[in-house]
Amino acid sequence: MTNIEKLNAAFVEALDLDPNESIRDSYSYGDPKWDSVAHMALVVSIEAQFDIMMETDDVIDLSSFGKGKEILAKYGINF
Amino acid sequence: MESIFNLQGKVGIVTGATRGIGWSIAQALASKGMNLILNSISNQELLNERINELKENFKIEADGFLFDVSEPNSVKECYNQIFKKYKRLDVLVNNAGIMKDALIPMISSEMIDRILDVNVKGVIYNLQYASRLMGRNKSGSIINVASIIGRVGNEGQVVYSASKSAVIGLTYSAAKELASQNIRVNAIAPGFIETDMIKDVPPDKFNKISENIKMKRLGTPDDIAKSVLYLASDLSNYVTGQVLGVDGGMLV
Repeated sequence: MTNIEKLNAAFVEALDLDPNESIRDSYSYGDPKWDSVAHMALVVSIEAQFDIMMETDDVIDLSSFGKGKEILAKYGINF
Repeated sequence: MESIFNLQGKVGIVTGATRGIGWSIAQALASKGMNLILNSISNQELLNERINELKENFKIEADGFLFDVSEPNSVKECYNQIFKKYKRLDVLVNNAGIMKDALIPMISSEMIDRILDVNVKGVIYNLQYASRLMGRNKSGSIINVASIIGRVGNEGQVVYSASKSAVIGLTYSAAKELASQNIRVNAIAPGFIETDMIKDVPPDKFNKISENIKMKRLGTPDDIAKSVLYLASDLSNYVTGQVLGVDGGMLV
């Protein structure tokens, strides 16, 4: 799996999204299915996909799919 | 029934684990095969002794981390280490706490800060990181050690009771938030327990409190540990958002 596929999979799993649709960078917190409760599941899912543990500041900053890519770059995961 | 109590291969962390209630909890969990991470605030030598004792007596994996639970960076580092070594966490026992008494006019701002930092912020920091590790397996049990004082209050314990009421409140909220991930969050509210923490209680006060214990004896750290074992195990796998009073009937 490529990194973008992994990130997609994390979002699909945590937010119960359609696995056949690729997620846009603009998909953001507050959009359908991404609420405060789902946010926690999303963080867990991303951490599990990439085998990392994110900083609390990054958990708070995770506000969109595109932002997720930026944050993951800090952990050496590039897209 | 024995298999339900079996914690073999599971991983737990106990804060404030080297003495009193925390140490009894650690031994109870280890006796059922749980691998443990112990936390202590300051005594590296005692921490090492406790780790070795658990390894020898129960043949489990045990590690120790010396840190103040109110320091978020230290808490984070501990969970990073747990993540690196075990890749999982099944049980968190938020036991570390401090008790300082003062009548209302004598309460200092430093005292308020310190008690709330350790007893409330420390619990929240551990809860934050623990729940993320538990979320990976969609399973976990968080047990917060509150106090009967957080339910009914006590003279001279305005700050302490506030901190323990906060623990009860955050237990309810966290239980609601984490239930969808199959992470259970419960609290234990010990009554009058025989530990170092009560050795400074004046005799007249001691006697007055003791009279309220319907079971006519002080609680022991082991009494609390047994309740933790129940909440940590599958025996309680449909129990969340509860405050279990372990007080010999002080409130009945």
